[in-house]
Amino acid sequence: MAEVLVYVDHVDGAVRKPTLELLTLARRLGEPVAVALGPGAGSTAPALAEHGAVKVLTADAAEFADYLVVPKVDALQAAYEAVSPAAVLLPSSAEAKEIAARLAVRIGSGIITDAVDLEAGEEGPVATQSVFAAAFSTRTRVSKGTPVITVKPNSAPVEAAPAAGAVEALTVSFSEKATGTKVVARTPRESTGRPELTEAAIVVSGGRGVNGAENFAVIEALADSLGAAVGASRAAVDAGWYPHSSQVGQTGKSVSPQLYIASGISGAIQHRAGMQTSKTIVAINKDSEAPIFDLVDYGVVGDLFEVVPQLTGEIKIRKG
Amino acid sequence: MSLRIVVCVKYVPDATGDRHFADDLTVDRDDVDGLLSELDEYAVEQALQIAGDFDGDGDAEITVLTVGPEDAKDALRKALSMGADKAVHVEDDDLHGTDVMGTSLVLAKAIEKTGYDLVICGMASTDGTMGVLPAILAERLGVPQVTLLSEVAVADGLVKGRRDGDTASEQLEASLPAVVSVTDQSGEARYPSFKGIMAAKKKPVQSWDLEDLEIDADEVGLEGAWTAVDSATERPARTAGTIVKDEGEGGKQLAAFLAERKFV
Ligand SMILES: Cc1cc2nc3c(=O)[nH]c(=O)nc-3n(C[C@H](O)[C@H](O)[C@H](O)COP(=O)(O)OP(=O)(O)OC[C@H]3O[C@@H](n4cnc5c(N)ncnc54)[C@H](O)[C@@H]3O)c2cc1C
Ligand SMILES: Nc1ncnc2c1ncn2[C@@H]1O[C@H](COP(=O)(O)O)[C@@H](O)[C@H]1O
Repeated sequence: MAEVLVYVDHVDGAVRKPTLELLTLARRLGEPVAVALGPGAGSTAPALAEHGAVKVLTADAAEFADYLVVPKVDALQAAYEAVSPAAVLLPSSAEAKEIAARLAVRIGSGIITDAVDLEAGEEGPVATQSVFAAAFSTRTRVSKGTPVITVKPNSAPVEAAPAAGAVEALTVSFSEKATGTKVVARTPRESTGRPELTEAAIVVSGGRGVNGAENFAVIEALADSLGAAVGASRAAVDAGWYPHSSQVGQTGKSVSPQLYIASGISGAIQHRAGMQTSKTIVAINKDSEAPIFDLVDYGVVGDLFEVVPQLTGEIKIRKG
Repeated sequence: MSLRIVVCVKYVPDATGDRHFADDLTVDRDDVDGLLSELDEYAVEQALQIAGDFDGDGDAEITVLTVGPEDAKDALRKALSMGADKAVHVEDDDLHGTDVMGTSLVLAKAIEKTGYDLVICGMASTDGTMGVLPAILAERLGVPQVTLLSEVAVADGLVKGRRDGDTASEQLEASLPAVVSVTDQSGEARYPSFKGIMAAKKKPVQSWDLEDLEIDADEVGLEGAWTAVDSATERPARTAGTIVKDEGEGGKQLAAFLAERKFV
């Protein structure tokens, strides 16, 4: 059976959920061989094996942390050459997309980014993409070389599928270009204690209507009652009320949760681009004409400062 | 000393228009008004600021470059009216349907032909939204990539910037020549002044075709693409949801809906 390379996104050995989703998709195409790089790479093996990885190729070197992107491309290329896979899958994070793109050029392959589904086809994997702010859905194939495909979080279920997950050390020799861009300092983003925005099953977002940084406590309280991540529109971010890392939309994060709750957000096309594939959409807005209402499964026309606290209270009561 | 900056700008269909596909499944560029991708305005802005900061040290020159149809000249004019010095337009009938691999090849050849110390791109095009072209350009040109910067500065032959990633904020550094991309956090783009608009009319716009760049037609276009779109379907309109007006019970009604959907 053909092997499929899966690039592992992990933090010090803790595998992030989108990678487990990738393994589900990879199993539709062949036998997943995972590639884990950097500190803790070896510790990723149990989780990867549990979800179907037949092999886990690992490498660690200072270069992965000290220089941008290229060392990881070198390593992934080494894995590609060792395995000769039928496809290479990566999560659609900003960094992994760049790694994917450079690998694709090097191996003479076409690239598809931001797939939301993947299945085996006559002429290789067929990716579904959501385009023009999710107004269209396309089915796309790579027609040259080994398909390199990045997949958005929440595009497939995480499934247990125990496999060997044998760890093998990957030998990487770094190219001359690997040390071109130095990372001179790194400040880790502080954890909010809430679920990761792109991975969360529920996202609760606030926009200009929230009207002040301090008022975001109202949004956070609702999020916490649901165990949700907090998002924000660009208007709220630009106003300095919430960090940019929480921005949902074209130039922020793209989310696809089971439930998206928008409060005080009008629903501009650039915001929709980042949330329109959410399964259930709910909005609270005092303007009944707001375009966000075109998308909703349930909408409340009203003042968020009345509706949201009442909703939070009611959820707490129901959850006992 | 001089600093040659090339800014890659894309002409895209207006996101607020009714964007759709043509019969050959390429992006329809006829029915929706086009414009300079808003995200590339940030690239032009940073180029202008870098050139401004460099001025004491020698001449900085900004060339804006686009690969696109005839109308893409509008995007170049806008960038020129913001203050760029000259423009290069790569246009060829054989380019229709080119994907990111072909576009990056054409851009790389054009950048080399222009001559450069620094290439600046936007973070993503607003139609394709791949956000990978700058990394591919760096790979093709064989120079450092310093991408997705929310802050950028050039001094002493080095480009430095801040990249706000998913898990950390990184301070990056590379020597020139290099490829940079900037995000919409890098600072608002200026509006063209009346003077700028008038001046832009006199600035040189060079046109190159594939032959000028020594690229074979079969390396680009729909036939030369490394990916194939099999189908494009309009997402079915979402079935109209329930919309209630809050009359004191809105939050409770919403909670009931969430409970019914098993979220609570
Ligand atoms: C290139 C580009 C990229 C962009 N990228 C993004 C992006 O990634 N993400 C993004 O979000 N935007 C993005 N934008 C901006 C986008 O166009 C909108 O400007 C933005 O989404 C508006 O945010 P908003 O809905 O919070 O604000 P507004 O459009 O001002 O809407 C605020 C809403 O709150 C409602 N409201 C006010 N007070 C209350 C109240 N008390 N109770 C209930 N409702 C209330 C109002 O009725 C209104 O509908 C981008 C724009 C461009 C040009
Ligand atoms: N046809 C083009 N002409 C010039 N620059 C482009 C073109 N396509 C993409 N770019 C540049 O590459 C960046 C990223 O594009 P993309 O990878 O397509 O999202 C854009 O912001 C532009 O700076």
